[in-house]
Amino acid sequence: MTILLFGVTKDIVGSPSLSIPTTSITGKSIPKTVKELRVFLGNAYPELNKLSSLAIAVNNNYAHDDNEINSYDEIALIPPVSGG
Amino acid sequence: MNSLSRYRRQENLESFGSNNQSKLLNSRVLIVGLGGLGIPVAQYLNAMGIGTLGLVENDRIELHNLQRQVLYTETDVGRAKLTVALEKLRIQNSNTELKPYPTFLTVENAIDIISDFDVVVDATDNFATRYLLNDACVIAKKPFIYGALHAFEGQVSVFNYKGGPTYRCLFPDVPKINEIPNCDVNGVLGVLPGIIGSLQVLEVVKVITGIGEALSGKLLLYDGMSQTTQKIRFEANAKNQEIDRLQDDYGFSGCETVAEITAEAFMALETPVQLIDVRTQKEYMENHMDNAIHIPIDELVQESSCLDFRYPVYFLCQSGKRSEAAVKLVQERHPDSVLISISGGMNEIASLCH
Repeated sequence: MTILLFGVTKDIVGSPSLSIPTTSITGKSIPKTVKELRVFLGNAYPELNKLSSLAIAVNNNYAHDDNEINSYDEIALIPPVSGG
Repeated sequence: MNSLSRYRRQENLESFGSNNQSKLLNSRVLIVGLGGLGIPVAQYLNAMGIGTLGLVENDRIELHNLQRQVLYTETDVGRAKLTVALEKLRIQNSNTELKPYPTFLTVENAIDIISDFDVVVDATDNFATRYLLNDACVIAKKPFIYGALHAFEGQVSVFNYKGGPTYRCLFPDVPKINEIPNCDVNGVLGVLPGIIGSLQVLEVVKVITGIGEALSGKLLLYDGMSQTTQKIRFEANAKNQEIDRLQDDYGFSGCETVAEITAEAFMALETPVQLIDVRTQKEYMENHMDNAIHIPIDELVQESSCLDFRYPVYFLCQSGKRSEAAVKLVQERHPDSVLISISGGMNEIASLCH
């Protein structure tokens, strides 16, 4: 699963994209919904939990927490940006 | 000047034509902010023949604005942005009716100002004004053309247009202070606001004339590093379209609640002071005051036990904005302490030393 990172999420993770293994060798659970993905990413990068509004898009559509995600989906993390 | 020949290149465009040029000439567009985004927006809209342009700005031109705010020149530094922009836009196109508002957008004036226009351009540089603008546009039923920047990236969308979604449908909640870095902290490459502002202009033209497909219900993400764009589709949330009154407070950093001292007055203090530099490690390494204790603003809450609240605490950053935020952060937890932000920050201190 590929996750494209925008705005401050790129700075937090330290790269423009992120790859999440979709089969578990370690026995760890793999996120199956947007909500599970939020928790998964928040554990890996606690700074992400501080964002009041973080939009997540699945295949270029704004996604809600109960939306399911699959290994072939393209995910994007979109925080608000303030500069002008 | 003969307007027929002036806009010939647009009128000759097959899918634009003179009837769309008349729509521009009869339209009223409000630009909120005359900074990095507002400058290209104002220059192009003025050049292309918008009938009435409203301009909201209350800042002065600083030297470090010039790398991206390309209407202003070295001799304008220190002057009001609005005054300089008016002079230059007037000689660029004397046909445009320019309506200046020498103020920042506030809860008190937002709806009055916006109601006088057909389309609003968001060229602001902070979340407080952007959420205020969103809510005021929903109440006044005006479409607004959103643009914002982060480093080499930009976002563009058209909100509140023909029943479409609003800014709150994408980002429901106002970010907390310092959650998202601004251009002041993060920096911005001069040309980026030029690109994003130009994309906003295109959307203004589409909304006024109805040509093409406006970016309503779509967020355009622009990444300058890879020259890629993406469009994210999103839907309206009815609750955000039903806003009928402004909030009392949008989290503006109000000067009245933050005690400030000028850099000059601070430098003249004779007794030893407790000085906290809240900038990043990198900024601190580049230069700092000898007596400064370094606590980056992100760590301030955890590290506030290092401060001695029996004495005044002075906060310092690069421009004075983060030190102001620092005062607010600490004040929440230590309401009885004496906390003072050094206005103008290291920029001002450096200029005093020359």
